[in-house]
Order: sequence, then C-alpha cells, then structure tokens
Amino acid sequence: MSAKEWRKLFPILDQEVNGKPLVYLDSAATSQKPIQVIETLEKYYKEYNSNVHRGVHTLGTRATDGYEGAREKVRRFIGAKSTQEIIFTRGTTTAINTVARSYGMANLAEGDEIVITPMEHHSNIIPWQQVAKTTGATLKYIPLQPDGTIDLSDVEKTVTEHTKIVSVMQVSNVLGTINPIKEIAAIAHKNGAVMMVDGAQSAPHLKVDVQDLDCDFFAFSAHKMCGPTGIGVLYGKKALLNKMEPVEFGGEMIDFVGLQESTWKELPWKFEGGTPIIAGAIGLGAAIDFLEDIGLDNILKLEHELAGYAMERLNELDGVTIFGPKERAGLVTFNLDDVHPHDVATVLDSEGIAVRAGHHCAQPLMKWLDVSATARASFYLYNTKDDIDTFVKGLRTAKEYFGHVF
Amino acid sequence: MSSNLDQLYRQVIMDHYKNPRNKGILEDGALTINMNNPTCGDRIQLTLKVEDGKIESAKFDGEGCSISLASASMMTQAVKGLAVEDAVKLAKIFYDMMLGNDYDDESYDLGDIEALQGVSKFPARIKCATLAWKAMEQGVGKQEEE
Repeated sequence: MSAKEWRKLFPILDQEVNGKPLVYLDSAATSQKPIQVIETLEKYYKEYNSNVHRGVHTLGTRATDGYEGAREKVRRFIGAKSTQEIIFTRGTTTAINTVARSYGMANLAEGDEIVITPMEHHSNIIPWQQVAKTTGATLKYIPLQPDGTIDLSDVEKTVTEHTKIVSVMQVSNVLGTINPIKEIAAIAHKNGAVMMVDGAQSAPHLKVDVQDLDCDFFAFSAHKMCGPTGIGVLYGKKALLNKMEPVEFGGEMIDFVGLQESTWKELPWKFEGGTPIIAGAIGLGAAIDFLEDIGLDNILKLEHELAGYAMERLNELDGVTIFGPKERAGLVTFNLDDVHPHDVATVLDSEGIAVRAGHHCAQPLMKWLDVSATARASFYLYNTKDDIDTFVKGLRTAKEYFGHVF
Repeated sequence: MSSNLDQLYRQVIMDHYKNPRNKGILEDGALTINMNNPTCGDRIQLTLKVEDGKIESAKFDGEGCSISLASASMMTQAVKGLAVEDAVKLAKIFYDMMLGNDYDDESYDLGDIEALQGVSKFPARIKCATLAWKAMEQGVGKQEEE
C-alpha cells in the first residue's frame, strides 16, 4: 500500500474546510484516526463495554481481556520485558508527572541534580521544576548546539555524580531533532542517574526498543499515533517501579483496605487507581495493530521524504527561516519574514490547510530561538507531496496577501 | 482570496499593525499591566495613567500577531481621555462585537475599532483581539482597589 492508499483509511481527511479540500499538517499536535481504530471503539461501546477486573459476568471478562490484551500489544510495541512494566496513564504528561511525583520526590534531596534540555516540552520541564522546588535539588540544562542538536560532550559535562535523574525527549516537537537517547542513557547510568525519555514525538514515528535504549522510564501518548485521546503509557523498569509508591489512591489499585492502613496491588495495577481508561487502551491496541500492519519503517521512510521535500520547497520562498537541524523527523517549524505565525496559520486555514502556530508548549526553546512564536507543519503517514505543494502555495498566498496590504 | 479574510485583515488594521499608535511605556507612576496569551505566546505590556477617575494616557508594548497589536493600538487610542467607567463599558461593547452579538455603536465613537468586526468570524483569533482590552480592564480594576 502507498501513502495515497493509507490516506483513504482516515475518514476525516475526506472533507472540505473553508471550501477547500482539507490538508492536515498538524499531526505533531494530534494525529488523525484510521477507520480501524474508530470501529474498534465503536465495537467496544456497542458490544462489550463493562468495568474490568471485578465483574464475574461475561462482558466484564471480555472488557478485561481487551484491556489487558492492549497492554501486551504495548509491551511488544516498545520491546519491554514484561506487561508489569506497562502502566496506562492519561497521556505523556501524566506519565512524566507520575515519575516526578513518585520517584523524584522520594529519591531527591538538596545537592542532587535533575538534568534536562532547553528543547523539552513544558510537560518535561515543569514536573522537574516542582521536584526541584520541593526537594531542594537543582535543575540543570544540557546546552544545545546552534542547529538545535545535542552534543554528547555537553551531556558528559552536565551530568555529574550528583545527578539523579536525566530526562530528555527522543524527538523534538519543534526542531524535529532526533536525540541520541541510548548514548545519553549510558552517560546517565555511568553517573548513577536514572534515564527518563519523553517519547511523545518518537513512538508514533520510529521503532522504539526500550531495552535497546536502556532507558529506565519511557512515556508516550496514544493520540499522536492514530489512537484515541486520554490514554498514554508509562514504561518503567520493574525493579524501579516496584520500589515506587503510587501517586493516586482509590479503587482498583488496592490489595487490602483496613480502617487505618491499606496495601497495594502488584505491578502494574498499583499505579492505575480508579476505573481505568478501558476504551482508550483498547483503541490504543487497535492503533498499534494498524501501525505495525503498515510498518513503522515505512512510515519513517515516508516522513523522511516529506520533511526533505518540504524543506526543499520552503527554501524556494524568500524570507523563510527554518528552525532545527537538516537531519530531522517529519516536521518543519518556520517563520515567514513580516508575517506573524498566527497570521500565516489563519491565511492557510482559509485555504483548508491546518498548521500549528504559537510556542508549541516550549517557551524556553522559543526563548533560545529568540522568537515569540513559530509556525509548524508536521506530517504523518497520510500526507503526500501534493499536500506539501498545496501548503507552499498557501504560503505564497500569505506572503502576497500581506505584501499587498502593506 | 476569501472575502472573510479580507474582512479580517482590513486596511485600517494593517495600518495600526505597521504603524502602531501609542507604542511605548509610560514612566512616572503609571499603572503597569503585563498580560500574555498563554496559548500562543502573545504578550502585552500596557501602561496607563489614571487621574481623577479618567484615563489621561495609555501606551503599550509587546509582541504578537497583526490582530493583537492592531487591537492594542486602537484600544489605547479609544480609551485615552475616557472616564474609567466609560472605558470599561467600551470594553464590554468590544467583547460583544467580538462574539458576533449586537453591540451598542451609538454611546461611544468606535472609530477604527469597528474594523475589527471581522475577527468575530475567526473564533481562534478572538483572544488575540481582546488581550489589550483585558489588560486595560485589569489595570483600571487594580486602580480602583487601591
């Protein structure tokens, strides 16, 4: 199957927006959903919606099988050893917060260091700021190269024997940089620190193997990889998770409850308080089936082509600044001279083209880039070179429009 | 090009964007309000000089798109010389205009502000246009508390 055929599996793309065929270039914010995922959710709610792990009845068993079956799919998808290491969360943000609140608060103290980078998404900055404030630990940043990449010698210099946690995104949602996680994890471990990876922008696009990366924690969201919103995953090494306290307490996560004391279920359920995100997990399982059917290698190859083509076409325009390294994941963040990114996005929207404009939840990175906002076009398996041609034509229109009115 | 877009980017808006009125910072005991639009990164610093319940002077500085900066420029023009309560009433009229509601166009001279009417057709941009007005409201509110 080719990209043109993959596209047909996404019903939402077959529509007009503002009188023009929709060109969706905002998949780094959230991806669209293939018919297989939509039908899986529909089937769940129509045929076997029920609570898990508690009902004796048939529907309860089917729902539990679906939910736990999805956990096994996730385990395989990221190459984890055991389903005990796969915790369903609300998304990447909740997953990182869980590690910060549980591992971070318990294991850090004054004099300790947390190391991150200036390119992180707010969700991989603020939880660590909070840990630092509460524990007295120091939050340090690995400096970036001028092209928005990380040099391992800077990692060596920043991570010290006082570092307890290193947390880095695998793929930047703004620069498209693909970070050398395996090498950074090795440096973290050499210094006795644990390695957390924000995989929100990598898991949808490239084959992740948590054992090969040798990271201690890995977080990602279903909605950026053809799955539903409201569900994500925290992977953690079993030895670490076993020692960590839950951060949410209540139903589903308990073993025994007394009047004054309670004990927790075993992994992974001790981290899943309350009725879990059953439909979401089952939908994520369907998304994984879908992506594996197409093949992540094929997706990565297509995105690589699209990103290269987009950069080439953008460079034909005068006054375009592209942010980030040449070698990149499937997105292009840019600015047009004299046209503010919001205005770019509004003009493109009037042509049916959806892009993101703003700070992309990365204000420290915007500061590093010395801009207040940027525009971003991000690609996924349903995009084609035709989409990019339409996009570049839309940018010409924006330039002409603003050139004309001034 | 769609006519909606032409309605959004009226000539007078572009003129305020390119040639902002009252750009800068008032010194000497002026009220200072910093406000940003956390979803998009637009940022305004508004300084107001209020004397005897009247806005004597208003200046703004900041970063943002054409709509937010043009709106800030127009707002400073419109509220200069108005009593605080009239400025607040004018803000309400402006919000009505942004929401696409019927609005009172008789009590005050809306002048250039009416050019921003087209923003109401672009829900994603309404917050750009209202940022400066929210800052003004916060400023005069602060003044009244003091």
